[in-house]
Amino acid sequence: MRSDRQNRAPLALKIAAGAGLLFLHLPILLIFVYAFTTEDKSYQWPPPGFTLKWFAVTWNRPDVWDALWLSLRVATISTAIALVLGTLCAAAVSQTRFFGRETISLLVILPIALPGIITGIALRSAFNIAEIPFSVWTIILGHATFCVVVVYNNAVARFRRLSGSLLEASADLGANGFQTLRYIILPNMGTALLAGGMLAFALSFDEVIVTTFTAGQQATLPIWMLEELVRPRQRPVTNVVAMVVVLVTLLPILGAYYLTRDGDQVAGQGK
Amino acid sequence: MTTAVLFAKVSRHFGAVKAVDGVDLAIREGEFFAMLGPSGSGKTTCLRLIAGFEQPTAGHIEIFGETAEGVPPYRRNVNTVFQDYALFPHMNVLDNVAYGLMIRGIGKAERHSAAEDALTLVQLPSYGARRPNQLSGGQRQRVALARALINKPKVLLLDEPLGALDLKLRESMQEELKALQKRLGITFVFVTHDQSEALSMADRVAVFDHGRIMQLGSPQDIYQRPASRFVADFVGSSNVLPPDFANKTSGRYGWASLRPEAIRIVGAGGYEARVTASGYLGGLTRLGLDLYGQKLVALVPSNGAVPKEGDSIRVAWTPADLHLMEDEF
Amino acid sequence: MTATSATESTLAIQPPREGLTGALSDLLWRRPGLLLALMLTPPVLWLGIIYLGSLFALLAQSFFSIDEFSGLIDYQPTLKTYGELFQPSNLDIILRTVLMAAIVTIAAAIVGFPIAYYAARYAQGRWKALFYVGVLLPLWSSYLVKIYAWKLILAKEGILTWVFGKLYLGWLLDAWLSLPVIGGNSLSVSYTGTFLVFLYVWLPFMILPTKAALERVPVSLLEASSDLGATPAQTFRTVLFPLALPGIVAGSIFTFSLTLGDYIIPQIVGSSRLFIGQAVYAHQGTAGNIPLAAAFTVVPIVIMGLYLWMARRMGAFDAL
Repeated sequence: MRSDRQNRAPLALKIAAGAGLLFLHLPILLIFVYAFTTEDKSYQWPPPGFTLKWFAVTWNRPDVWDALWLSLRVATISTAIALVLGTLCAAAVSQTRFFGRETISLLVILPIALPGIITGIALRSAFNIAEIPFSVWTIILGHATFCVVVVYNNAVARFRRLSGSLLEASADLGANGFQTLRYIILPNMGTALLAGGMLAFALSFDEVIVTTFTAGQQATLPIWMLEELVRPRQRPVTNVVAMVVVLVTLLPILGAYYLTRDGDQVAGQGK
Repeated sequence: MTTAVLFAKVSRHFGAVKAVDGVDLAIREGEFFAMLGPSGSGKTTCLRLIAGFEQPTAGHIEIFGETAEGVPPYRRNVNTVFQDYALFPHMNVLDNVAYGLMIRGIGKAERHSAAEDALTLVQLPSYGARRPNQLSGGQRQRVALARALINKPKVLLLDEPLGALDLKLRESMQEELKALQKRLGITFVFVTHDQSEALSMADRVAVFDHGRIMQLGSPQDIYQRPASRFVADFVGSSNVLPPDFANKTSGRYGWASLRPEAIRIVGAGGYEARVTASGYLGGLTRLGLDLYGQKLVALVPSNGAVPKEGDSIRVAWTPADLHLMEDEF
Repeated sequence: MTATSATESTLAIQPPREGLTGALSDLLWRRPGLLLALMLTPPVLWLGIIYLGSLFALLAQSFFSIDEFSGLIDYQPTLKTYGELFQPSNLDIILRTVLMAAIVTIAAAIVGFPIAYYAARYAQGRWKALFYVGVLLPLWSSYLVKIYAWKLILAKEGILTWVFGKLYLGWLLDAWLSLPVIGGNSLSVSYTGTFLVFLYVWLPFMILPTKAALERVPVSLLEASSDLGATPAQTFRTVLFPLALPGIVAGSIFTFSLTLGDYIIPQIVGSSRLFIGQAVYAHQGTAGNIPLAAAFTVVPIVIMGLYLWMARRMGAFDAL
């Protein structure tokens, strides 16, 4: 039995929680307003007027398209690699007992637990020592390394729900290892892997700290934005790109949340 | 009579733990066989050895005369009803039941009609479209049974299948399982820690402790003539009596068991006992007795004058009911 | 059950299935170690060689030094580079970064707690999901876009100045900016600005573990406390806060570590004085002093090691 009084939040708490949420969301909403401003020299508020012309300008900028294309390529390949490595690792850690399991899970989490700058500079100096020239592939190498943990977290959570007796039941009913994989494991893992893949994609698409160290002349979209932030060239174009980036990352995150909402923790904590 | 499952000196050790330790066993074709014992006694490991989920560290296993070691579970025509039922959550009931046939490449129409028949057999017709999480515990158990039976296994293994059900459902399922086994003629191997379940359903019972079989026999054997103090203790609420007591009352020396309902109240003769407790159970009354300083439990009919606490009464039993056991003393 | 003759099998044990998958499946079943090796080898090779290899190579370089005249790396093992960390200018950088990380962490705990508490205890059904997504979205939104948004907000001609003006509080903002250390020409070039952006960007990392810890506190405990005569404030201090602490400490691991290692936020919003991340970036880049950069990266590793050790003793890992 709960009394009404205890079910209703104190007003002060409501205000504090609401203010906190506004603090988290207003800045992002602001981006949407600035994408339409007519002002192109400063960050003037309130905007003197609204226009759609910067969308057309951005559309015709080849450097933006190149950066976007590179980011999509890097994110796609990194996600694919991370899906394979993360799923294999999760399967090994959650389905079997072996010496050193704890060490393996620590190893997977380390690239994201240590500050990104350490991962970045370590990879850069390693590429230098090994005389590997910077290219798209050095970027992918770095991204795949820290994307593994996102897939791994999602897959481990789902494997934990896939009780061992289900796999035994499948074998008991005549299915060999590959049939059990196809009819039992994959259908049960599907949404978790999709969610993990989406989050990995979002993580890679947005990554800048490690990328600045592992990229040579190539600019991913975040690198392009960083340059605009440090040395602004055409502010309205940056405004429009920022808005597009928010929208592009929004979709996979909502999708991943939707796919894992009952049962699993959405693996956002490990970002 | 054919032997369905044969264990010859089978052991399964996990490191230093001897889960199964030198078990010899022959389960006959078409019998209802129960493995009874406390948790950790090795009964479930024995079941898993038959299913193929575990491999023996030593010894030899045969299923219908064929060597079973080194054969993966999916090549054994043996099916299991799991303790947690292990129904596939992403399939509906019909596809769960038809799973074994699908794996063997049976066409959809044929396997679905067979699955419908199997569901009818376990009295769940028209439940095929539901998801496992929409079923009650008892219904899940029936689906698990249908899923195993549809493959026409040579041996059906049941791992504490009634453990998760409430008392009333458990009793009706006991009768149903027994009738089903009679009708299908399949060998059932049943693991349980509940002695009344084992005694009421099985043709033969093996009592396990510490990875070994302590006694193997018919339910009557096990209950009336327990081979050891452990069996007497575990199987029933028998009075377990020390050698001195047996010597005084029967002249034979050794640990003995005496079932509570074998003790009768008599007008004269027998032994004098003091009533230390009296509990009314309906048709019977349960008495706590003190006889020569030995505590005894007796079950006597409730009709007539029932002794009260503190009364002095005389009790007796047929000498054959005082069963001497093989324990060392 | 009508007999479907095709499924009727009289054998107790089926022969091995034909084909490659059948044989392979039998082989992997017989040798589970082989299966485990097949699963583990790719990820362990990748992470072990690419990641750990690079990390050790980097740490090794911190034991070299740079020749002051030629600017080339001298491959003699030495602790000289670590000694340089203790020069006043470098010590300043370390101290500044740690102080900022500590203040950001404390502020995040204070701002985040009401949101976490409301979401864990009062939000129901649809609202609960909305709160969760409401924290998740900012967490996963583009890091650079978030910083960019604050550049817009903090600019002299930006929205914050405008709001203060409309409220006739412009004098308050000016007074704040004229303060030493935390002030500056405008918010976007002051420590106050840097602090606000850090707080904003890392706040979701504090909220989620705190919320998880609060969700594990049974309502009956709070009811028991008030039943025993505690005022809400006493219940908060003696029951709720101690039980939520592991979650807050878990969140602080993120806020602290992320602030220690960041080099982009202070570069875009803040004064020209360096943080650890910027120092690492500068030394490895234009200065080409890889040994000193490597030694600098050891600082956050050591600080985080100590921090994690303390957090572990407080039970924070159970709250992750």
